[in-house]
Amino acid sequence: MKRPERVLLAHGGGGRLTRQLVEELFLPALDNPLLATLTDAAVLPEISSGRPALTTDAFVVDPPVFAGGDLGYLSVCGTVNDLAMVGAEARWLTWALILEEGADGELLECCVRGAARAAAEAHIEIVAGDTKVVPRGKGDRMFAVTAGLGVVPPDRELSDARIRAGDALLVSGPIGDHGATVLAHRHQFEAPGLRSDCAPLGQMVAALLESGVTVRSLHDPTRGGVVTVCHEVAHRSGLRLVLDQQTIPVRREVAGVCELLGLDPLALACEGRFLAWVKAGDAERAVEVLKAHPLGKEAAVIGRVEAAAVGSPPVVLQTTVGGERPLDLLSGLDLPRIC
Amino acid sequence: MKSDFYSDPAAMAALLGELRRMAAGLERRLTFMEVCGTHTHSVAGAGLRRMLPEKVRLISGPGCPVCVTPVDYLDRALALAGLPETLVCTFGDLMRVPSSTLSLEQARAEGARIEVVYSPRDALRTARENPATRVVFLAVGFETTAPTIAGALAEAEAEKVPNFLLLPGNKTMPQVMRVLVDDPELEVDGFLLPGHVSVITGWRLFEFLARDFRISGVVAGFTPTDVARGVLALVRQAADGRSEIENVYSRVVSADGNAQARKLVDRYFEPADEIWRGFGTVPGSGLGLREQWAHRDASRIEVELPAPREPAGCRCGEVLRGVIDPPQCPLFAAGCDPEQPVGACMVSSEGTCAAWYRHERWAAEARA
Repeated sequence: MKRPERVLLAHGGGGRLTRQLVEELFLPALDNPLLATLTDAAVLPEISSGRPALTTDAFVVDPPVFAGGDLGYLSVCGTVNDLAMVGAEARWLTWALILEEGADGELLECCVRGAARAAAEAHIEIVAGDTKVVPRGKGDRMFAVTAGLGVVPPDRELSDARIRAGDALLVSGPIGDHGATVLAHRHQFEAPGLRSDCAPLGQMVAALLESGVTVRSLHDPTRGGVVTVCHEVAHRSGLRLVLDQQTIPVRREVAGVCELLGLDPLALACEGRFLAWVKAGDAERAVEVLKAHPLGKEAAVIGRVEAAAVGSPPVVLQTTVGGERPLDLLSGLDLPRIC
Repeated sequence: MKSDFYSDPAAMAALLGELRRMAAGLERRLTFMEVCGTHTHSVAGAGLRRMLPEKVRLISGPGCPVCVTPVDYLDRALALAGLPETLVCTFGDLMRVPSSTLSLEQARAEGARIEVVYSPRDALRTARENPATRVVFLAVGFETTAPTIAGALAEAEAEKVPNFLLLPGNKTMPQVMRVLVDDPELEVDGFLLPGHVSVITGWRLFEFLARDFRISGVVAGFTPTDVARGVLALVRQAADGRSEIENVYSRVVSADGNAQARKLVDRYFEPADEIWRGFGTVPGSGLGLREQWAHRDASRIEVELPAPREPAGCRCGEVLRGVIDPPQCPLFAAGCDPEQPVGACMVSSEGTCAAWYRHERWAAEARA
């Protein structure tokens, strides 16, 4: 595979350099027959049953390469995970890059390889793409934009409207690893052991959905973390969520970064975890199913759903010492504290 | 999150049991004030306020340095950020504090050169790497941040980095506490004294409270059980009719504190009159740069300032003195909320008004 030393404006110009980039970098890495046709649009096979699910996402992570992933890997994982959260089996993705003139060719190659690796892990194909280059100073090295198409099997229905008082809330693994890793990179902390949780979740979700457990709704706590998802769910379902601090898995390294920077792990992004609302009686079984999967070894029940009551906040945390703290939506960006 | 020794549920249950037993024998409701942002944060984070017995009320005083930073300090910081070849570096918390015009966050969005740093040494590094830029660090905080700021100054002097300056705004605790206890309106029975400040100053610094004003004080740490232990010690003193300065954070706080850190601070700073949001000018309650370091002092740079505009109707001063509860302020949740804070107590996410806003608005909804 040949990669340019640096990205030039001409790489996005549609001419010889663009073609070289496609033929020598993208095609070999993302290798699949649909992409190889290089037609204006990918013509996909017929879907025999189920409903198509379509999503789109944009990725601007800084730094673009971090422990446990890179912008390419993250963009594919993020897209297939969004499909998984509505119960869809991800099939095809489009992948467009916006590169800054002068961006490092090695970074580009790393992210293309990352995307290819994620596609292989998630069993999907990247069937269409585009590359644009903006002048130096008009972008930040590399952005990615995706669309993802999946299929929801005929009788599968996930939605917040199905959540009932009494349901249990599960998390598939420790929270905040991705957010803490990116922040530690940004602040140049030495943080051995800290690693993004970024991963495609489709297979673990399929295992849960096919296990016979009654799953009401799924969400991946990306931007804004667990607290933001919980607020959205409480708002949409009209119910109240009670989280139990003692049971929420947080790695020591993540807790340490949060302590240093004055942040709350509940507000940090995850890129390879999901929250599941399941029927109360099925909670234990659901945890077992998740724990049987390599990405779900530390899955846990972390809360419950209650009827909303006038005078009580929609999302609360029962603290380790037995207190209760209303969890508010973040005000603006979560700024570091000094006191 | 698993509990550790200092947030052990069993230890907490025992402390609360003892607190309830003691409180049952109290003749009236007692009000204690903490004067440290980290205490405020810890209390709110653990949901501690609502775990205390009815007869024990815990309020937040002027303990969050950014909350008490006055508008004219921010006006000056904004004016400096508008000067050519000047970069203002600040701790993140100051970004959303209202000034007479814009907050630093709003000014940055409009193009002012303002950067968030985690330490004064980050600002010093920026100065070193950009010799043509004047880097002004907004020096705020209490006795706790002063030593690291003095350390950065020492480094700048030793390495001859001429373009690293401070806008002095550090405050010291004892003088403002004297103002608090001097106030005949004060409704406070004792202070939960700041553990971090005391690491530097030593707890003896607070002896005047008990000696001159017969008000008790307990130096406490910051885990939920530390705070509960501190409150319990205050209740015990009240029940026994004692007023003493006690230290229940002896694993890090000593009577005399860190002499080396204080020496470093003394080398660069001297007591100065400071304006506190909600209090006005408190003589000798700040740290100004000594004359010898005038070349590091950004407050000596001439800038054009707007007339300082304190928010009308704000009753933060009374909230900070424990005289009123936040909802008694006409602005509370009616023009002043955590998204658009007007007064000091709503600025920090865990200031007294913000904490009330967060917890009590649900109760208010229930009553409506």
